[in-house]
Amino acid sequence: MHLRRSPAHGAAAEMAAASVAGPPGVMLREIAFAPQLGVRTVPGSASASRIERALGVSLPSSVGETTGDPDALHCVWISPDEFLTIDVSRTQEHGEAGAVAAALDDDRPGAGRVPGQVVDLSGNRAILELTGPSARAVLEKGCHVDLHPRAFPVGHAVSTLVGPVPMIVHRSHGETFRLLPRSSFAQYTVRWLIDAMLEFRTIRA
Amino acid sequence: MLLIDCPHCGPRDEVEFHYGGQAHVPYPEDPYALTDREWAEFLFYRDNPRGPFAERWQHSVGCRKWFNAVRDTATYEFLEVYPMAAPAPSAGGGLTGNGPVGSGSTRSGPVGSGSAGSGSA
Repeated sequence: MHLRRSPAHGAAAEMAAASVAGPPGVMLREIAFAPQLGVRTVPGSASASRIERALGVSLPSSVGETTGDPDALHCVWISPDEFLTIDVSRTQEHGEAGAVAAALDDDRPGAGRVPGQVVDLSGNRAILELTGPSARAVLEKGCHVDLHPRAFPVGHAVSTLVGPVPMIVHRSHGETFRLLPRSSFAQYTVRWLIDAMLEFRTIRA
Repeated sequence: MLLIDCPHCGPRDEVEFHYGGQAHVPYPEDPYALTDREWAEFLFYRDNPRGPFAERWQHSVGCRKWFNAVRDTATYEFLEVYPMAAPAPSAGGGLTGNGPVGSGSTRSGPVGSGSAGSGSA
């Protein structure tokens, strides 16, 4: 376990130092090693129902939608035939996707194989969590979608840009946004966010 | 910045998209039957009309799906968005770019006619 390094591991101290408590506060932390599965299937098909049964969560049906529990296993809509499941309640283990992928490959009589794909993508994206009354203001400095609750309610998630970085933005709770950039962008994203959070720190001082 | 209506994700900023050039340029049925000139024209020659133009776009940071759109090259207005496999809409009015370069395997006529039409559009 100690050999593992999360994508934003080196920036943990900077994130803690940049976090601001209090009414205008905003805090940044990384959720490390959460298992993530990439799911490719067409909703409504036989493969989709098998995957849903194996996962224990239904697949979202349209853009922005998420299903499941944001504090445990949930599923994000990426495209009409692509989904990302994330379980933030535990850490990834070897062979994570096996059980779900096996559901597509059922060789028992009467079952048969169906098209689709379930792949362990846990290392693909870092998960950063931005929390606090000013979290939306920080993101709005560089996010290309409307983050007002009227357009981006709790449970909404889209794949978009924050600054120059492509990432999934997920409003998991009222004042909490999860950001999922590719792992190689994690350090840059952290520094971009710390820079954007700076003004809220000076208000408090 | 353009606001482009992705058929899957809804309206998003232009920076989220990747431009794919002219739409409806089919691969030649028999590339070996083409002369060097026809092959070069299939590869490199594209229409450049003033007005409605059918082109390919990809929502590269969103759903990553390709789609076609008719855009007015003078006003930048998106007139129509439709799936990749769908035929070019005729509603585009002066959509002159439909004669795809090298569409027939033995095509020998003047291929760069799209540029001639652009002056009068």
